[in-house]
Amino acid sequence: MFDKPILQIKNLSKQYGEGCSYCQHENAKLERNFCPVCKTVYACKNISLDLHRGEILGIVGESGSGKSTLMKCLYFDEETTTGEGFLTDYFNGNENIFTQSGQQKRFIRNSLLGMVYQNPMLGLKMDFSSISNIAEKQIAAGNRNVKQMVDRSNALLDKVNISIKRSKEPPKNFSGGMQQRVQIAKALSSNPPILLLDEVTTGLDLSVQAAVLDLIKTIQRVMQISMIVVSHDLAVIRMLADRTVVMLNGQIIEEGLTDQILEDPQHAYTQQLVYSLL
Amino acid sequence: MSKFPFAFLDEQSKKEIRRAVLKGVAIPGYQVPFASREMPIGRGWGTGGLQITLALVGQRDVLKVIDQGSDESVNAVNIKKLVQGTTGIETTIHTKEATLIQSRHRIPEVPLRSDQIMILQVPEPEPLRSVERSEFKTKQLHAEREYSGAWLLLFEQIMRYNQTSQGADYPVLVHDRYVMNPSPIPRFDNPKIHNSDALILFGAGREKKIYAVPPYTKVESLAFDDYPFEIEKFEGKACKVTGLTDVFLDELTDEQTGETYYLCNDTSFMQEYLEKRGTVHVR
Repeated sequence: MFDKPILQIKNLSKQYGEGCSYCQHENAKLERNFCPVCKTVYACKNISLDLHRGEILGIVGESGSGKSTLMKCLYFDEETTTGEGFLTDYFNGNENIFTQSGQQKRFIRNSLLGMVYQNPMLGLKMDFSSISNIAEKQIAAGNRNVKQMVDRSNALLDKVNISIKRSKEPPKNFSGGMQQRVQIAKALSSNPPILLLDEVTTGLDLSVQAAVLDLIKTIQRVMQISMIVVSHDLAVIRMLADRTVVMLNGQIIEEGLTDQILEDPQHAYTQQLVYSLL
Repeated sequence: MSKFPFAFLDEQSKKEIRRAVLKGVAIPGYQVPFASREMPIGRGWGTGGLQITLALVGQRDVLKVIDQGSDESVNAVNIKKLVQGTTGIETTIHTKEATLIQSRHRIPEVPLRSDQIMILQVPEPEPLRSVERSEFKTKQLHAEREYSGAWLLLFEQIMRYNQTSQGADYPVLVHDRYVMNPSPIPRFDNPKIHNSDALILFGAGREKKIYAVPPYTKVESLAFDDYPFEIEKFEGKACKVTGLTDVFLDELTDEQTGETYYLCNDTSFMQEYLEKRGTVHVR
């Protein structure tokens, strides 16, 4: 692909702690991503990524490898320590999104990004009706017309296979799979060009997993939405992702076409990961 | 009560409260934190309004205190007694005669004048509290003018009841900037805050916040395009005693007959109306 990427991340780093002269040294020996001297955690280290229009990018890695932190940074749930991010749909990709004001970040989050969390509790207001949850993003994006928002929300609920009869029920009444689908509908409600999916199928039973994955694939095909999919489940990645990056201890250790990575892994860790697949 | 300073509070405290009031006036709708002293009544019983009243009262002021439309409920009478006992000023039930009006949950029916100050008691000053529990975060949301939470609450009401079910404390946007809780006044009173001739002050003693709407300020009740803001309507209903229809009515039940009837909520207004008409003095 030679077109301009829709999202570019350059040297994104996220650390918890100040850092010290020991761990800031170039060849410092860390315990995984943890400085033994000052106890600073380097959750993400110099991550660079490109995401193209209509593409699904997979991120795999073991727990604690920094996948979710990266997603939280992209969705502004966490402040990035250093690094740059450019969105083609935001000032033509000429402004670093990580240094914008809180107001601008909120705008980017509400209009240009959609997020589906592993835990629906984080993404939904469990006591509000599902339809309000979906409308929330549209309200935040400035819509003040109830009928428009109801129509749009119902259309989305239909798209994610939830009966409109249940639209006024709060998500706490729903099963895990349904909650996940409400989250997806919410993420899509402001028509964002980019969707971030963080372990969306983890904890769901296999048939429900298949339904959710099917839905995601359909959305990508029909709506041409770009997605970043984080998972530790290689089967999910194999099914969804065009390209994949492998993370370990906060760093990208390998990236390439999903097939290539799964069939012919180069890095020792990736090899281990692929061959431990049941 | 002579061992107390004039108006109960010491001068430092009054000065601090007046500063908070001034800041509130300068930034309409912005919640100014203040120290909130211990009062001889419990927090949540009007201590915010009382402290503003005590900080502002002068020797020539005339005070009216209303408790949900009534001048003679226990709370109103006690607050009046405390202020009178520590200042020796006149009190009144007539809205026109008062210079300071402290009120719980009502703005009087008689239009306010520019030489009057309206002081409302506030239980919960934060319009976003039910969607965001952290004060740190709601402060940030106000700073960034991010009010989707307040709109979401109204949207949810429309989804559940096909109308906004918020009867009292209906949120307003002040001067196109801050969303504010107008204290639990009925929606009926919301339009009275807009472009008011009088200064309107809000005191939340338990939550330690003071805010203000200066005279002639734009105050809009939040409403979606296709669900316009509406005040309570009393169609086909009238006050049983005065026959008035264009006032806020209370619904009451005659315990003997079980019949439902309506009365003016603003009792002093009702009394003035009857006196003017020459009807027997009701108490």
